[in-house]
Amino acid sequence: MTSKGDYKNKVEIEWCPGCGNFGILTSIKNALSGLDIPPHKILIVSGIGQSGKLPHYLRCNVFNGLHGRAIPPAIGAKVSNHDLNVIAVGGDGDMYGEGGNHFIHAVRRNPNITVIVHDNQIYGLTKGQASPTSDIGMKTKVQKHGVMHTPFNSLATAISLDCTFVSRGFAGDVKHLSGIIKQAIEHKGLSLVDVLQPCVTFNRLNTFKWYKERVYKLEETDYNPNDKTKAFEKSMEWGDNIPIGVFYKREGKPTFEDNLPVLESRTLVDQETDPSMADELMDGFT
Amino acid sequence: MVELRNITKDMMTVVEGSYAVAHATKVCKPNVISAYPITPQTHIVEELSQFIADGEIENCDYINVESEFSALSTLVGSSATGARTYSSTTSQGLALMHEVLFNASGMRLPIVVTVVNRALSAPINIWNDQQDSVSERDSGWIQLYAEDVQEAADMVAQAYKVGEDPDVMLPVMVCMDGFLLSHVYEPVVLLEEDLIDDYLLPFDPKYKLDPKDPKTFGAFAPPASYTEFRYAQEQAMSAALDKIEKAADDFYDVFGRYYGGLIDEYKTDDADIIIMAKGSIIGTIRDVIDNLRENGVKVGLLKVRALRPFPKDAIKEVVKDSSVVITLDKNISPGVNEGALCTETKACMYNSDINVPVIGYMIGLGGRDIPEDTIENIVDEAKEVINSGISTESQFTDLREDLI
Ligand SMILES: Cc1ncc(C[n+]2csc(CCOP(=O)(O)OP(=O)(O)O)c2C)c(N)n1
Ligand code: SF4
Ligand SMILES: [Mg+2]
Repeated sequence: MTSKGDYKNKVEIEWCPGCGNFGILTSIKNALSGLDIPPHKILIVSGIGQSGKLPHYLRCNVFNGLHGRAIPPAIGAKVSNHDLNVIAVGGDGDMYGEGGNHFIHAVRRNPNITVIVHDNQIYGLTKGQASPTSDIGMKTKVQKHGVMHTPFNSLATAISLDCTFVSRGFAGDVKHLSGIIKQAIEHKGLSLVDVLQPCVTFNRLNTFKWYKERVYKLEETDYNPNDKTKAFEKSMEWGDNIPIGVFYKREGKPTFEDNLPVLESRTLVDQETDPSMADELMDGFT
Repeated sequence: MVELRNITKDMMTVVEGSYAVAHATKVCKPNVISAYPITPQTHIVEELSQFIADGEIENCDYINVESEFSALSTLVGSSATGARTYSSTTSQGLALMHEVLFNASGMRLPIVVTVVNRALSAPINIWNDQQDSVSERDSGWIQLYAEDVQEAADMVAQAYKVGEDPDVMLPVMVCMDGFLLSHVYEPVVLLEEDLIDDYLLPFDPKYKLDPKDPKTFGAFAPPASYTEFRYAQEQAMSAALDKIEKAADDFYDVFGRYYGGLIDEYKTDDADIIIMAKGSIIGTIRDVIDNLRENGVKVGLLKVRALRPFPKDAIKEVVKDSSVVITLDKNISPGVNEGALCTETKACMYNSDINVPVIGYMIGLGGRDIPEDTIENIVDEAKEVINSGISTESQFTDLREDLI
């Protein structure tokens, strides 16, 4: 049995006190220990951002790449060694802005990875500029007159592309978020967990209080997460009431790996090559 | 002419380097600015956003984008319509612009980008070296390097002057060392708004996208004509050699400040040992030279302002009578074990009758401090070269043996 402590890495945490990221870190640990996945079987991939530091604070395999590029190496690692439980984490800028293209096309491919987005509706690491999910009107040091562009709706985008696990959590409700992340990791296929994560330093609009006053749990209503059209409709809800929980879930869709016959018997890194097979080919040229 | 600054105290204001650059950009009246935040460039774009919000740059749009790739691509479109354009970035952001850099130079669009020099990942490092811009040497952009905040700011105006010249029409990178220049507070003269019109003409390119006179940008060039496009780019770079000198001279005439043209020199007249470098390290080298000169060491400085076009003739002229040249590079081409100045200085002397040894040092990588001692030790090694020839042609400086 693994316990939460098994995932603890003894490094100093460089997030601001009170940051929503702490709730995400705890929730991931809860989920992993709940599923009893030992640290050596986990790979956490991140990009650059406050969120990109999360893997540094976990004891497991870590790959910290480039801003916006967490998803492609996560898929690359999963495909070549699908014994790894692969989780890609990133910020809203990371995953939906700089890496937006990767996000869209990864959903289409449906690799069996979990994507957790620390959605603080701001660029945290670069000290407070608007992100693709910042609310219209929010003023920052760059968006002096307020954000003018339509926020990116990642849940609606994912549902429209038939992502088979689409969810939203709140970093201020660790118990609930832990449960969502656990389901997401268990789910076969790309699972998206968009987490409302207050950035207490730079986002003065979307605060813990702001979210707390608005969030409600889908599972506490008569919501059915298997209806895609309803899920799409639900994903549009934002403002006075913000749903959290699993928006859409579908089993049985083949994953990216399922579609690759070469992976049927074992993972790529374990496959042995037989050089004598090449001789046959070479013979054809002589 | 050597560096001249006709500055009195009452002309100066203490500001952050990023502010001085943003202010100079404002004074140059760009029409479109597009950028994406990245440390240590962010302050420049935040200051520019503030200017625009305050209505201080007339007729200018700031376009918020989701990546550096989009930022430069946007400017390519704007510049093609005849707009004066500006961006600023660094490191990973510049690397992400790579594909678009060739687009801009190939279409001959004189976009100006301030590169706030920073190391490249992996490993992740946000501190200063010059690997980012040096890696883009072949992208067809003019590259200028500033020694201090005043020069980095004034260079923006010089960059537009050179890039937009009808004989040149090339994009320009103005490179300034990250943190060391972008984040320091220094007394500077903010680029004078009332004088700029005596220096910089409005941008009026011969070819632009205009419904009154339709044009194609970025057309196909098959093998039968592609080479000639590249040749024309090279011709423009050659033309830029004189234009960079002239832009510096004209700048002096209007503003009374001169930092060198393609290069600048300090105490090189009788120098046996010449130190070549670019960027903020120049300040440290000047101090080292002053100290060593007191002890009778004949050492001088060749400050490289333009890496592209590479000022071969100007360099040869300075070093021809010396006994040894030291190149200091905040970059490396792995596999050659040399930085850019080392490789290129050697190359420009080959096939000439100059036979001066060149020794290269990779220095200050990923923000490592460069103490004066380090440069003094290098000068000692150069003295050895004069006495007994080269033992190591190019090497890393201050390697920490405990980590290897
Ligand atoms: C190519 C590139 N451009 C810009 C940056 C600078 N940068 C680092 S993190 C970041 C955005 C951070 O916002 P987000 O992804 O939302 O993460 P957060 O810090 O909010 O968790 C930016 C712009 C970079 N590292 N690489
Ligand atoms: S800046 Fe914001 S996101 Fe980053 S650690 Fe601080 S509170 Fe968290
Ligand atoms: Mg963010």
